[in-house]
Amino acid sequence: MKKILLVGNPNVGKSVIFSRLTGIGVIASNYAGTTVEFTKGYLTIGGDKFEVIDVPGTYSLEPASKAEEVAVELLKEGDIILNILDSTSLERNLNLTIQLIKKNIPMLVVLNFWDETKHRGISIDYAKLEEIIGVPVIPVSGVTGEGIKEIVTKIEDAKISSFSYNINDNWKVIGGITDSVQKLSHRHHTFWDRFNEATIHPITGVPLALIALLITFKIVRFIGEGLANNILDPLFKSYYYPLIINLTGHIHIEFLRQLLIGRSSVLMESFGILTTAIYVPLVVVFPYILAFYIVLSFLEDLGYLPRVAVVFDNLFHRVGLHGYSAIPVMLGLGCKVPAILSTRILESKREKIITTVLILMSAPCMPQTAMIVSLGLHYGIRVVSLIFLVLFIIAVITSLLLNMILKGDAPELFAEIPPYRMPRMYTLLNKLWIRIRSFFSEAVPMIILGVFIINLLDILRITDALTVWLGKPLLYLLNLPGTMVSIMLLGFLRKDVSIVMLSPLGLNAKQFIVASIFMVLYLPCVASFFTLIKEMGIKTALKITSLVFVVSLMVTFILNVLL
Amino acid sequence: MINLTQLKNDEKARVICVEGGHCFIRRLETMGITPGVEIIKTSSHFLCGPLIVSVKSTKVAIGHGMARRVMVEPL
Repeated sequence: MKKILLVGNPNVGKSVIFSRLTGIGVIASNYAGTTVEFTKGYLTIGGDKFEVIDVPGTYSLEPASKAEEVAVELLKEGDIILNILDSTSLERNLNLTIQLIKKNIPMLVVLNFWDETKHRGISIDYAKLEEIIGVPVIPVSGVTGEGIKEIVTKIEDAKISSFSYNINDNWKVIGGITDSVQKLSHRHHTFWDRFNEATIHPITGVPLALIALLITFKIVRFIGEGLANNILDPLFKSYYYPLIINLTGHIHIEFLRQLLIGRSSVLMESFGILTTAIYVPLVVVFPYILAFYIVLSFLEDLGYLPRVAVVFDNLFHRVGLHGYSAIPVMLGLGCKVPAILSTRILESKREKIITTVLILMSAPCMPQTAMIVSLGLHYGIRVVSLIFLVLFIIAVITSLLLNMILKGDAPELFAEIPPYRMPRMYTLLNKLWIRIRSFFSEAVPMIILGVFIINLLDILRITDALTVWLGKPLLYLLNLPGTMVSIMLLGFLRKDVSIVMLSPLGLNAKQFIVASIFMVLYLPCVASFFTLIKEMGIKTALKITSLVFVVSLMVTFILNVLL
Repeated sequence: MINLTQLKNDEKARVICVEGGHCFIRRLETMGITPGVEIIKTSSHFLCGPLIVSVKSTKVAIGHGMARRVMVEPL
């Protein structure tokens, strides 16, 4: 079977064209480097079947990053190259094209984003380009699907280019080609231009980013809480849960029943594989995941995220990160699970570790925040502000320390700022679907497994022993009532409910501050803990959680003495 | 000859050279920042923040430390 390789710079719309050609969904975003691993699909033309490979975006054939290494390796086995270019940035994109020419593999050139050239005042004579480089050139608009058929009909016309040049003069050669095929006309500033200026400007950029964040939270709370409290929770509690309790009532083997529905009859105090293990990922986490991915996908396709990275680069540089880490950290203010998953966009392990620590420590997740605020306001606004201030300061200090301890340099931001593009329904839904599917196939099993393990420990009374052993002296240090032990256990399942459980304890303001900070930090929730293991490996995950645990203990102990 | 951080906003310049190792030079080259090209600095963030340049109709964000090693001649 012949192999067709989709090759091009990052963020030129390869993934969209790939899914148009093969009907397979791939995540495409409006920023560089979404495809690190390659994806395969199949395309049948006439009677011939082709294997289509979506190669990670690369700026050059001399690999400088992991994604580019993968790209160069894949080129060795390609039969046809489909070189995809962003026609709004022809000159830079041609650099890869003329390098590909040297590979002597039959090739087609696709000018993507063709529809955008008109209102950007760019006119490209593609017939002339075809003449110069000697391979078919096809104008395409991947998002609307225009020109995709052309690609399919012209695949067989792919040929080896006879264009020859001196590799050391590449930019001069490209300049020559661009000058002869492209005309730029002056045009007025559009709305997007002004929007672009404002969102990346040093003064207006930060407030706009904060507004974007605020709107994001509003939407996430609206969708997430609405779905959880009004639909999924009632459905679960009035239909599913009674059904399961009923069915398992016939099981007379105590151990088996405890495995299925847990030791306690109260849902959120037991760890049953059919009850809590379903409730946590589906009712607690899923609504927020869905809501977050809706907003995130929109912002990604719009092209806003690289601008957030620029605006916050300065701040993150102080703790040894670059602006791209702002994205996971901001997501973490909502829910830690998508935040941890999104650390994939970072390059080095060092960056991932520091970012994860910031995600886990800088602020509670959205449901927990809501609970701390609503309960804390009984003690006054100063108590609430103090809790968040302390959390923020600890997070900054810890990441500063990590930055000093962990070997390696703070990376510099170096990224293309893509033009704003109005997101299309087709790609949005496609992406949302893939993400939700991978949440169910990757994260949910981990969470269920996690609840199962805890249940085993609980049935075997290991947790009871542990909480007495570890809990009692720990609480003695923090001057909190002994009943906190069971709340801590509960907090592992649902961090927001653990805060609610503090209310019957009759804590004073100082105890509330200490208890809240401890409950935010001591352990991530079961969903984020097992997502962390999946993303970073068990060793690193344990290191990070123990670090956070030790810090939380130290801080709350000091606070207890100081306040 | 000055470096990119010293260039004023909205000023045009020609890249003279990039100071650094082979990898560094190549990394910048992939985005089209290479001796001889025209570059426009569109904005810069304070306190040694990143700056945005426009090269070959593409906008690129570049960290302060990296920008210091790109030598340019204002046009």
